Amino acid sequence: MNTVAESRLKRPGSFEKNPRLSQWLRVHREGAVSIFSGKVEIGQGILTALAQIAAEELGIALERIRMVAADTSVSPDEGVTSGSLSIQDSGAALRSACAQARALLLERAAAHLGVSAGDLQVDDGTVRAAGRSTSFWDCADDALFDCEINETAESRSPGDYRVVGKPAPRRDLPDKIAGRPRFIQDIALPGMLYGRVVRPPHNFAGLISLDDSKIKSMPGLVAIVRDGGFVGILAEREDVAISAQRSLRLAASWRGVDPLPRDVPAWLREHAIEHRVISEKENAAAKSRAAKVLEASYAKPYISHASIGPSCAIARIDDGKLMVWSHSQGIFNLRRDLALALAMREDAIVVRHAEGAGCYGHNGADDAALDAALLARAAGGRPVQVQWMRDDEFAWAPCGPAMTLSLRAALDPQGNIVDWQHELWSNGHSSRPGRSQGPALAAAWHLARPHERPSAINMPLPAGAADRNAIPIYDFPNQRVVNHYVHEMPVRTSALRSLGAYANVFAIESFMDELARAAETDPIAFRLRNLEDPRGRAVIEAAARRAGWSNWKPAEGRGHGIGFAKYKNLGAYCAAIAEVEVDHEVRVNRLVLAVDVGLVINPDGVINQIEGGAIQSTSWTLKEEVKLDVRGIASLDWEGYPILKFSEVPAVEVELIDRPELPAAGAGEAAQGPTAAAIANAVAHALGLRVRELPLTYEKIAAAISQSM
Amino acid sequence: MTEPLRLIVNGAETALDVDPHTPLLYALRNDLGLKATRFGCGSGQCGACFVLIDGHPAPACDTPLWSAAGKSITTVEGLGTGGGLHPLQNAFLAEQAAQCGYCTSGILIAAAALLAKNPRPTESEVRAALDRNLCRCGSHNRMVRAVLRAAQE
Repeated sequence: MNTVAESRLKRPGSFEKNPRLSQWLRVHREGAVSIFSGKVEIGQGILTALAQIAAEELGIALERIRMVAADTSVSPDEGVTSGSLSIQDSGAALRSACAQARALLLERAAAHLGVSAGDLQVDDGTVRAAGRSTSFWDCADDALFDCEINETAESRSPGDYRVVGKPAPRRDLPDKIAGRPRFIQDIALPGMLYGRVVRPPHNFAGLISLDDSKIKSMPGLVAIVRDGGFVGILAEREDVAISAQRSLRLAASWRGVDPLPRDVPAWLREHAIEHRVISEKENAAAKSRAAKVLEASYAKPYISHASIGPSCAIARIDDGKLMVWSHSQGIFNLRRDLALALAMREDAIVVRHAEGAGCYGHNGADDAALDAALLARAAGGRPVQVQWMRDDEFAWAPCGPAMTLSLRAALDPQGNIVDWQHELWSNGHSSRPGRSQGPALAAAWHLARPHERPSAINMPLPAGAADRNAIPIYDFPNQRVVNHYVHEMPVRTSALRSLGAYANVFAIESFMDELARAAETDPIAFRLRNLEDPRGRAVIEAAARRAGWSNWKPAEGRGHGIGFAKYKNLGAYCAAIAEVEVDHEVRVNRLVLAVDVGLVINPDGVINQIEGGAIQSTSWTLKEEVKLDVRGIASLDWEGYPILKFSEVPAVEVELIDRPELPAAGAGEAAQGPTAAAIANAVAHALGLRVRELPLTYEKIAAAISQSM
Repeated sequence: MTEPLRLIVNGAETALDVDPHTPLLYALRNDLGLKATRFGCGSGQCGACFVLIDGHPAPACDTPLWSAAGKSITTVEGLGTGGGLHPLQNAFLAEQAAQCGYCTSGILIAAAALLAKNPRPTESEVRAALDRNLCRCGSHNRMVRAVLRAAQE
């Protein structure tokens, strides 16, 4: 099996593991409410949206809500903040919990005032009846919420929403814009030491030798920590820790591992060990009408998270207890893996979330936490802060997996698709902590008693992982979709924003355009002809209208294109239209996106996420490729791994289709695939030539041109 | 150790008794507790650690203390006047011009240098001025709007 069950919960939200009302909120005498969510702020604005939901259901002002940073000692365990599920999981849980809390508060207020609950007038927590008043703040005590979540209280109906659905300013931005300390990198604890870990910029099997004679006498150096192939530095000053790290790296020699493949797509096709048909439809009559068959192969490289702030953690060991501050997406899973790696009991470890730089998936945050904990063992009770250097981050954080795909389809004489085949080859898309037998933390693999590095796995459908969005949302009479799983992992891979959906949607939507061209049909008309889903049709039509698709003026070197998907085939709908010009390189001038996330909690938050996702996807699509040499990752700085610059960012317009009657879906990942496909299709439109290998750089375009001649 | 180094940070003079080769970044963050200037790459390629040195944006990660000594250094903490925010910071709030916010400080610094030189920049001048700063979350357009907004106020 290459899959494990993701924590799909039967009850709304996260009540299976956290069934007590008191786990979710606490009312304070001074007129505030603390909300406990297991989800964490990773730059996406989730705590603002969750605060809106809580304020709405409690019927109080947004300012009264205090979102408590997730902490394994006080917060509900809500798994991992990933997969655009936070609004769905934590949002649904908080909606239900806060509705129940409000009902209990009103019941007690009625008893205080000696009236029935129906006679109460309630305004922002103040409760009045019969000329007397009390408040939520006076009524609440710890006993009131010491009960099971019962999910019987009625939630507010969307028509009555006053806070949800309105733009709310992000709660974290005032600090970040004023320059006040806010990030984990900014935390300075009394007596804190600075740590760095010495690793080569490639995977290694062990340490052959280490000559530390030159740095031992460095002023301010506190310790050189060595445990097998794990080598770390502790220093009083951060700059000293960095100098020592640089020097020690030059003084170390490492035992290598097998060389990396040169041709990654070919290597993936040769190394698949499991071949799973994930969708099959047969209709012989339709198949017999096939008149024209098209085939094409696509590829996507390894992509780096490339957050601007490298991973960071703080750890302190005091009296046998380990306290860790981390920007992990899953603090409970991290605690479990730390316990495994350090041979400690889980209840001797507390992991507290602290905000880090932008997080787009499983990056180095968890790894840095173990680094800090290992160094804290040598710190004599003092806290240790570790921040990775830029090259550590590029070399050691997991990458989004490379993928290669082959598509094949048949058209009937009228240009209808009568057969569709999609095959993909990929490593797994998750090697997160908490999901393997051993710890999924880099340092654990290099200790004197090493743990085995787990291979990345795929979460099962319908959300899927490598095969996320591989099953087309269009209606085809015959189809076959195959996921070829590659277990062996030359480059460490794990979850990156949208997982396989980015490559699958890029391939499906590119191929749809190739078929539309073969059928001599406008790409939008062609999609609509094959799509019944009304919400899907609506976003395509909205994007086409907003972009002025039918008024396009052809010009030399210019093109426009569309991409569309329903994220995971069960989340947000997104259609993107790109307008590009291709000269030496591709320039995206304009992106228009139409999005349907169901109920919109924070419109500005959704727009910000979609716009950010579209720009990031533009960067992936035009520029990004983790470069490899035989020893490992060779792109270790921003020159080796360029990303989109201010002057290269397109104008982005986002149109929201609000559906307050439908459940809210996450917005964080919906734009990744459609944007890539829209750009690729626009480039094909501009060039009259299809480039099927990402990124769409000058080199890749030149290669496609020479292949076509 | 040599003579203490004299630094002028956000208008205040201070003396630091540290190795003159120490990057300015760590003196600001760890000796002076000014955390808004952040580490990104260590080689001046990303702009996360930009500060103004005599009015010019410069990467603090790549600036040894000795070369900043005696010059006027401004960090985000010192951008505003009289305890208030700089107009750029107000505009960034009004436009909600951030996602994770890690690159924000360096971008505010680069934008402040631009507006000091060119109070009414065009959009493409703003983009050109910010091209040395990287943003990964895709907040570029919001930030450009915020800079233009600040220029109008």
